[in-house]
Amino acid sequence: MALLRSFLMRLISTAITLFGVAVIVFVVIRVVPGNPIAMMLPPGATDADIARLQAQYGFDKSIFQQFLIWLGDVVQGDFGTSISLRQPVSELVLNRLPATLELSIMALTIAVLLGGAMALLGTRYRGTKAEGAVDIGAGMALSIPDFLWGLVLILLFGVLWPIFNISGRISPALNIDFSTNFYLFEAILRLRFDVIGDLLGHMLMPALALAIPLAAIIAQLLKQSLKETMHLDYVTLARTRGYSEHSVIIHEALPNAVLPTLTLVGVQFTFLIGGTVIIERLFSYEGLGNMAIDAVINRDLPLIQGIVILFALLFTLVNLVVDMLYVVLNPRLRHA
Amino acid sequence: MRPFLSIRNLSVALKNGGLILRNVSLDVAVGKVHGLVGESGAGKSMIGKSVLGTLPRALQITGGEIWLDGVDLLSIPPAQRRKRIGATAALIPQDPLTALNPTRRIGPQITRRLVDILGWTKADAQARALELLEEVQIADPARVMRNYPHELSGGMRQRILIASAFAAKPKLIIADEPTTALDVTVQKQILRLIADMQARHGSALLFVTHDLGVVSKVCDALSVLYAGKVVEDAQMRRFFCRPVHPYSRALLAATPTYTNPTGSLMPVPQSVIDAVEREVVQHDRRWRA
Repeated sequence: MALLRSFLMRLISTAITLFGVAVIVFVVIRVVPGNPIAMMLPPGATDADIARLQAQYGFDKSIFQQFLIWLGDVVQGDFGTSISLRQPVSELVLNRLPATLELSIMALTIAVLLGGAMALLGTRYRGTKAEGAVDIGAGMALSIPDFLWGLVLILLFGVLWPIFNISGRISPALNIDFSTNFYLFEAILRLRFDVIGDLLGHMLMPALALAIPLAAIIAQLLKQSLKETMHLDYVTLARTRGYSEHSVIIHEALPNAVLPTLTLVGVQFTFLIGGTVIIERLFSYEGLGNMAIDAVINRDLPLIQGIVILFALLFTLVNLVVDMLYVVLNPRLRHA
Repeated sequence: MRPFLSIRNLSVALKNGGLILRNVSLDVAVGKVHGLVGESGAGKSMIGKSVLGTLPRALQITGGEIWLDGVDLLSIPPAQRRKRIGATAALIPQDPLTALNPTRRIGPQITRRLVDILGWTKADAQARALELLEEVQIADPARVMRNYPHELSGGMRQRILIASAFAAKPKLIIADEPTTALDVTVQKQILRLIADMQARHGSALLFVTHDLGVVSKVCDALSVLYAGKVVEDAQMRRFFCRPVHPYSRALLAATPTYTNPTGSLMPVPQSVIDAVEREVVQHDRRWRA
């Protein structure tokens, strides 16, 4: 009962959040200078032409009226038609979503593995040079933003030692007839190792660029909370019971130390998803972020709205997952 | 009888030089309870930590020997030392609230190391845990084994930690202020329980406390520590009848009594503290020379 209640509350608060996002986006992109109609018409178009097009897209009405019409359509699942691409927004956005999801999840996986390994290493060899190296490494990784890491990686692994592809999501020559756009996921299920290799060749660099700063945050925070946990009595007790230091850290300290890190990783993961916008552009990766930039350049108002709403939905979903994981990992929050 | 634990001239110092323990020697025989008393900061906990190999990182053992069951722990490699300690000694910690892993159920916290380190079968470990939980008077042990620590009271948790300490049949138990963090009403029960368990299992018990009243109830012998130095080492009866060292006498005099509840408390006189401090200074001078 309590669970159902909290789920309902969650649903309501998500709806309110999304509504707020919709209002802000709707108003802002209409108030800032720049006009989609002007982008569509050739130079020298008559006033009558402009008025006709404006009426066609509903831009002649007030913002409030436009918003109500748009909202009415959205409730029925219709996000409008892209002005620049002349296709339904929902179709465009859902086609691109898998690419961005795969990239973000790959980046998150790399960040967790890399950051976790650094934190464990720094804890196991605390007080030695290895800990200092972890601290300095994390500090450096953190102080350089993801897009700069992207450039560094392109220079290293795309130009000087070209082992990765520097642009795109998949080689156009590759013959795939997949039923979804989750290429990597589907390739793994179908055991298409040629496709997996090609996808990773494209994906690893942007994923790494996104992952490095997050890995540094995880390393710092997890190492700090491991350090605090290592002083607790139950860890000392495990030591007196004959366990090795590795075992003490991984089996006793880690399950507890992970909790504060988890909350932060949730927040940071939403930032990471935001970061895909620039990184996808940098690597010409055909995901949502790349499409968002095109949509903004073309003043494609329906498309911008659709993408932003989808991002907002993703963020709330990530937070939901984090909250659920937290309960799973922390027995103190579980009710008998 | 050969003492099971024999500490010879143990010195512990901060890594930057300050002395924490000064040439401490003491023996605990199997079946005996040895008390370690002293003010806070006297270093009494550090003796137990030295034996168990859990000294804080800022401290190091600078000299002496720790013989456990005929082996000098300080002369064998650290990994081997850990295994030996794990198999022969156990700790009853001070604070039951932080001494159980909050993310694990009680059962595995008692049984896991019996299986992992000592090579018992799961069924044996399980049976042993149930038996011990019953011994420490926990009602419905099977249910408690499935509980998480936060679902149990402090007294319950300390009982579980006592059961867990005796689980591997250790010959040495180190109890580090095991009643300090508990309610006064629970303290007495826990104290009796530790004494009973020690008597039943016949292990050697090193009992660290600042409470002379506690010592008088459970110990056979005791060492009085001041500033990391043993100032008196005595059998129980002799100590309470005829304490030799002036500090011991002052300490005894400072214990509040039931017979005179309104009498003012006696602090340790400054002259005694000065005298002990002089002894310590002399010791350090000899040690440096």
